[in-house]
Amino acid sequence: MSNRFETAFAKGPALVCFITGGDGDTAANLDALVEGGADVIELGMPFTDPMADGPAIQEANIRSLDKGTRTADIFRMAAEFRTRHPHVPLVLMGYANPMTIRGPEWFAAECAKAGVDGVICVDIPPEEDAALGPALREAGVSLIRLATPTTDDARLPAVLEGSSGFLYYVSVAGITGMQQAAQASIEEAVARLKAASDIPVAVGFGVRTPEQASKIAKVADGVVVGSALVDLVRQHGDKAAGPLKELTSALAGAVHSAR
Amino acid sequence: MTVQPPVNSLRSLPDDTGHFGQFGGRYVAETLMPLILDLEKEYRKAQDDPEFWAEFDALMKDFVGRPSPLYYAPRMTEHFRALAPEGKGPKVYFKREELNHTGAHKINNCIGQILLAMRMGKTKIIAETGAGQHGVATATVAARFGLECKIFMGATDVERQKPNVFRMKLLGAEVVPVKSGAMTLKDAMNDALRHWVAHVHDTFYIIGTAAGPHPYPELVRDFQSIIGKEVREQIMEKEGRLPDMLVAAVGGGSNAIGLFHPFLDDPEVAMTGIEAAGLGIESGKHAASLTGGKPGILHGNKTYLLQDEDGQITEAHSISAGLDYPGLGPEHSWLHESGRVRYVPITDDQALEAFQLCCLLEGIIPALESAHALAALPQLTAEMDEDKILVVNVSGRGDKDIFTVAEALGVEL
Ligand SMILES: Cc1ncc(COP(=O)(O)O)c(C=O)c1O
Repeated sequence: MSNRFETAFAKGPALVCFITGGDGDTAANLDALVEGGADVIELGMPFTDPMADGPAIQEANIRSLDKGTRTADIFRMAAEFRTRHPHVPLVLMGYANPMTIRGPEWFAAECAKAGVDGVICVDIPPEEDAALGPALREAGVSLIRLATPTTDDARLPAVLEGSSGFLYYVSVAGITGMQQAAQASIEEAVARLKAASDIPVAVGFGVRTPEQASKIAKVADGVVVGSALVDLVRQHGDKAAGPLKELTSALAGAVHSAR
Repeated sequence: MTVQPPVNSLRSLPDDTGHFGQFGGRYVAETLMPLILDLEKEYRKAQDDPEFWAEFDALMKDFVGRPSPLYYAPRMTEHFRALAPEGKGPKVYFKREELNHTGAHKINNCIGQILLAMRMGKTKIIAETGAGQHGVATATVAARFGLECKIFMGATDVERQKPNVFRMKLLGAEVVPVKSGAMTLKDAMNDALRHWVAHVHDTFYIIGTAAGPHPYPELVRDFQSIIGKEVREQIMEKEGRLPDMLVAAVGGGSNAIGLFHPFLDDPEVAMTGIEAAGLGIESGKHAASLTGGKPGILHGNKTYLLQDEDGQITEAHSISAGLDYPGLGPEHSWLHESGRVRYVPITDDQALEAFQLCCLLEGIIPALESAHALAALPQLTAEMDEDKILVVNVSGRGDKDIFTVAEALGVEL
């Protein structure tokens, strides 16, 4: 399963696109991202208390939950996506409580059944790996860890241990959707991470435009865009597929032609 | 100075990884992890540094006004003895935390944490607050030490708690109204964490209760343990023996763990923690995480939480803003499962009745949080023999609550 990641990152820099599950017409939105040229999809599992997210994704979580989105709906969206798009890697991103509430084995098994390739859990650092990591690895689902500007060389091996698929570099110490990081600091960090690991490094947080994405794609294996896409779902509601496809095409063009 | 508890002690947790059995831990974003590890290192150094505790003790004495009295409550004792079956009705003592500077136990913890912040070289302080008690205590210590201070408070609470908002401003703090979620305490904590992630280099987060990621539950407990340590000495002086029952209200659990912890290894001392049952457990509108919740992960720790089957956190309800939170500290979850402490739910109405009774019988206006603890007395005193001793923690004074109480009683001010 992890070879979906390998294929996606083998073609050159990859565009990773995030939207929140259950916010707007999720199936149509996911299709628009793939048609626009996204190489990897991150599907956000809504949570009442998204501590690491800025206003854009917080509100997307609330819109989704207010519509009654349940965990079972997220897995249904994932399974249907897998049927429509057999080759595009799919990652679930979210918070510890919804992922562990029925036990980590249950969650890992549901991921495997739905064809989910990887999981990003914002609030399970390596120190608490036992809460989810072993179950995911047992089920053959990649655990994708976050590295941040505060992850120093001493911590990095612990972050890399047991992670696979790709490494997500959070380029700013902060929450999603806020400021962007300086290009120089991104270059330095990516070089440091790549020296320590063989898995691809994708850079996210604060990336909104094709110009930013292009610069990052010159040095990283992937670029993650989230809040800018989620903003389009807020603006266009159930009719966001068109605008999403348009922005994704522009981003994909910039990322794919960067190198 | 810390003295190592004996092997098999109930006072030896958390373990090296910050867990109380399955509870506790460090469930935070990677950005915060290095800082949390730093804080632990700094706290270990402080724990063994006599100078740290000398400064803490000096501030406790002259700035906070400690020790707070242990007061024999004669009319409460007689009142409940008269209602109890023949031979029942213990002596009731109050631990007078409401006499502390700023009117509650919250200041004990704030003093300890700001000393740590300064040792870590942090120049800015943030905190979350519900009713504003912890916000006022934090703003107080920030003013005392000249550090910049931002208090995150749900917009709903800013509206409901205007006097405390003004107090914080007088003390030089900036109050940030939080507009996410239901705009109450849980959301204030989310936004404080969000701010912290973006300002880890110069900012210290003073968490207001014995919850959050390790080492917060441990260090808040240790700072609040001054309550129980004093009670131990004071009751020995007055009665020549340990109490039979300790009672405290549990919001996040800091005043309760502060009272309980020094007695955990004394099997003859029973303990009751009081959870807020709001309009009643069956109504669904309550804040009783142990009685009505189940284990989950939120705000950096694993603990009992109010949540649905999908692990979505549900809103808490209590007339007492300080108890209006859908979780509690991890050590209480562990003490609950181990059976060492019994946790009992008390409704808004029961707390209101106890609030008024305490005013009339003892001349003390208790905080609504503390009134929850007092409301357990009818049941507890009826079960305990006359020659027994019960200590209830009056964690705060009720001046802040008079508007809420007036409204609940239908009185126009
Ligand atoms: C007077 C008083 N008692 C109790 C509490 C509950 O907190 P904890 O359970 O941490 O003691 C509060 C919280 O604001 C309070 O102000």
